[in-house]
Amino acid sequence: MTGNKEDRYEEALEELKDIAKQFYEQLEDGEVPNMKIPTRSKSNIELDRRKGVWRLGDSKTSRSAKKLKSARMLLRTLYMLELIQDMIEAGKSSTLREMYYISEGWEKAEFSKQSESDSLAEDMELVTGCLREDFKLRPEEDGARLIGDITVEEINRKGDVRKINCRDDVGDSGYTIPYNVESDKVTFSDVNVDFMIAIETGGMFDRLVENGFDESANALLVHLKGQPARATRRVIKRLSEEEDIPVMVFTDADPWSFRIFASVAYGAINTAYLSDFLATPTSEYIGITASDIMSYDLPTDDLSKNDRKALEQELEDPRFDTPFWKEEIETMLDINKKAEQQALAKYGLDYVTDTYLPEKLEQVGMM
Amino acid sequence: MASIAEELAEKQQEISVGEFFERNKHILGFDSLTKALVTAVKEGVDNSLDACEEAKILPEIKIEIEEVNDREYKVAIEDNGPGIVKRKVPEVFGKLLYGSRFHEISQSRGQQGIGVSAVVMYGQLTTGKATIVRSKVKEKDYANEMRITMDTKKNEPEVLDEEVVLWGGKEHGMRFETTVKGLLRRGKHSVFEYLKNTAIVNPHARIEFDRDGEKTVFKRATDQLPEKTEAVQPHLKGIELGTLAKMAKNSKRRTLKSFLKHEFSRISYSKAEEICEEADIDKKKNPSDLEVEDCKRVLKAAEKVKLMAPKTDCLSPIKGMLIKKGLKNVLKGQHPEYYAPPSTRDPTVYSGNPFQVEVGLVYGGDLPKEGSVKVLRFANRVPLLYKKGGCAVTTAIKNIDWRIYDLDQRGGKGMPSGPVVILVHVASTRVPFTSEAKEAIADIPAVIDEIEKGLRECARSLRTHLNKEKKRRKVKKKFTVVNDILPMIAKKSADIVGKEPPELSKSMTKIMGVVYIEKGYEWNDGRCKVDIDIMNYTPKDKDMNLFFEKPYPETELLSSNLEPDYQGDHLEWRLEGLKPSEKKKISLEFDGDLEKDDMAGTEIYIEGVTETKLIGAETLPDDWDIELAEIEERG
Repeated sequence: MTGNKEDRYEEALEELKDIAKQFYEQLEDGEVPNMKIPTRSKSNIELDRRKGVWRLGDSKTSRSAKKLKSARMLLRTLYMLELIQDMIEAGKSSTLREMYYISEGWEKAEFSKQSESDSLAEDMELVTGCLREDFKLRPEEDGARLIGDITVEEINRKGDVRKINCRDDVGDSGYTIPYNVESDKVTFSDVNVDFMIAIETGGMFDRLVENGFDESANALLVHLKGQPARATRRVIKRLSEEEDIPVMVFTDADPWSFRIFASVAYGAINTAYLSDFLATPTSEYIGITASDIMSYDLPTDDLSKNDRKALEQELEDPRFDTPFWKEEIETMLDINKKAEQQALAKYGLDYVTDTYLPEKLEQVGMM
Repeated sequence: MASIAEELAEKQQEISVGEFFERNKHILGFDSLTKALVTAVKEGVDNSLDACEEAKILPEIKIEIEEVNDREYKVAIEDNGPGIVKRKVPEVFGKLLYGSRFHEISQSRGQQGIGVSAVVMYGQLTTGKATIVRSKVKEKDYANEMRITMDTKKNEPEVLDEEVVLWGGKEHGMRFETTVKGLLRRGKHSVFEYLKNTAIVNPHARIEFDRDGEKTVFKRATDQLPEKTEAVQPHLKGIELGTLAKMAKNSKRRTLKSFLKHEFSRISYSKAEEICEEADIDKKKNPSDLEVEDCKRVLKAAEKVKLMAPKTDCLSPIKGMLIKKGLKNVLKGQHPEYYAPPSTRDPTVYSGNPFQVEVGLVYGGDLPKEGSVKVLRFANRVPLLYKKGGCAVTTAIKNIDWRIYDLDQRGGKGMPSGPVVILVHVASTRVPFTSEAKEAIADIPAVIDEIEKGLRECARSLRTHLNKEKKRRKVKKKFTVVNDILPMIAKKSADIVGKEPPELSKSMTKIMGVVYIEKGYEWNDGRCKVDIDIMNYTPKDKDMNLFFEKPYPETELLSSNLEPDYQGDHLEWRLEGLKPSEKKKISLEFDGDLEKDDMAGTEIYIEGVTETKLIGAETLPDDWDIELAEIEERG
């Protein structure tokens, strides 16, 4: 995952070719082609106690040509491999969505939804130990942003280094995080913030920007934009580790927001093999908690059936197996309510920056 | 019919037949305008079928209905039966309850109606019009035609006029034309439905229906006439008190013992004596002197004495092959996917009356997938259209948890749903109807039990079929794997590693692991080409015997690319040394006026491959030889 860019592509290609070689040899031996892929499920993640992140366990799933569906996946693997080979040779790259459309020409190997092709790309990372960027595949630009007094040095398309101060050199929408945030592309300098707040919704991000919270609290504001993209999580992780900036996570109070926190802090189940690389286990959840709903008397909605189901699942999720989360989840189930970040506006537009956040940050010793 | 007859006879003293009719329209099947038309047709058609069968003639029946006025229809029914001699015509058509049938016990359609004379009277009462009857017997060169009405006070026929006519080359037959008040509807309780169902259980009849010029023909599906039913004597167990009393009164026998021996089935002299003793009545007593009390004692004694069960060989079931043919003939347009082998239960007895149950089941194709299964009920080959809810057939269907047979049924209770037609036929010398209206079969445990057993037989076949289909579909998917995907995986991976594509047969057989048999058909002018593909998708060499059932024993094999090792009512091949991935094709051509559905039920049997490794064919059943014998018998 490190080293010279071109070498990385070559390395990735060799790893991928090994898959094809494996199929070929299986067929030569009169066997049914198959590949073993580590199982990506809740039941197969383990806590790395030393690093504090949740990683993939040892259990593996076999994908064999005995079944139509898996046979098709094996064939797709080969097609994808060919595509990657072509892209490396031509010096091009494609987005995950583009790859999905390219597959329309693959006849029997065509994908029926993009989630299938995305998932296969993840499988290939998993089997080869490479990153999808090494395969010349990148996600759609998701445009997550940050604002605060740090300076980013980014190498642009022309190969020039651009220095951007994320408070002074940007507009109200902030610095847009590119999909590649590795050190060959992005480095940090002049970090003048005490901590960062990763915010779930764009509305709340904009509220804090308008209220000037980045300056008044000396904070870096990061917009998560729902379930955060890899690049967003990677930036958070790098800033936390390289620049020693504490990470606060601020989301809605509902089961799905809890999962957003989990993926920032502990790693997502789907990409648990990348947790070392993406998760920031020192992250603090500052709210909105289920107990906040009651203590701040916030406007709420009732939990839907799906919400309740999601909470029940979280009670089974090893990542939430801590006294804090157990209690929060059970409280939410008890009161059967959820609330949005913007519910704080009940007490005025400044309430969040003047009262709520200072109180919550004080509780974790940040203010 | 006896009880109506008696009642009628008694009532005749006080009221006219016409009045009786008015009061009892519901019993006679004329209680609504729609039903009246169905009943009119039914009485005529039942008569025609009975007459034809009795004379061993393949029935050709034509029904015409024409609206002549608002709610007034001219109904004409014509057959090719033996005709009726001229002097009998007025009585058959103009006298209520005339006819020989009321005195004998046999499986006949006529049990179920009051007779065609009721139609004449209904027409007369509702429209004031006379019935025109034409009849020709073989012995005469001309036909007699007469206009008949009924004197409803005296229950006597009145012939208005008569003439002799030539009947355009017709050898023999009957036609009657009557005008009735009614309402011609389509749908569940329609004349059309009645005729369609009649065609199903009477595949030997050709039935033509002309409705205001709109013609439907139910073609004959077989030239095989039903076996003739025998009239049998009543069995003492289960006879009604009134019937016994009447028989005793009219008996010409001089002693009770002789009466019991000669007028009842399965009673010997010694049994007769035993009954007399048990009843404590002098065996020499003249039967016409028996009081009602004596009769009661005889019946009680009959319960105690061990009597031989009544004869059951007096019934004439439709039988499997013909049920299937009848169903096919009428359901063809809906291309059902599967006809379960019909179940013909052994005859058995309920309170002294022999009866026999037959069940057929059809599944899939274009039959409606939504809603309850369709049930066709028959008693002695006559469709039952009304009172479905109160019928033993419905009870038996509801008793079964159809979910175990892979049909939908809410909560495992009530009517199952799905693309299914169920046929139930109850044949008996005395069908246990719920009422005199004879529209539903009574919930008699012995009868329900038999129906249920028949249903389960068919349901089991259905389940087996569905399982096989499921498995075949699964294997079919694997075909895509071995034929399309695997070669592409081989090619792509070979390209990437820069080598020649590897040999795939071993991997293929590991994926499939079965012997796959597929048959395909092509039709041309009554000729049928059959292709049987045999593919060994197992990792081992295979030897097997293949049996192909011909659609009919007499179907002629015109050509075969592979000479069969046996030819008869089935064809047999020995296939040896089929290598893994090797395919073999047998191409056959048959003659014999074959239609698509004739081939639907033909099976391929394989000997030498275990069931779990065989797709698209059956393993040779253990009773194959027995089955062969049956086919020979049928032929």
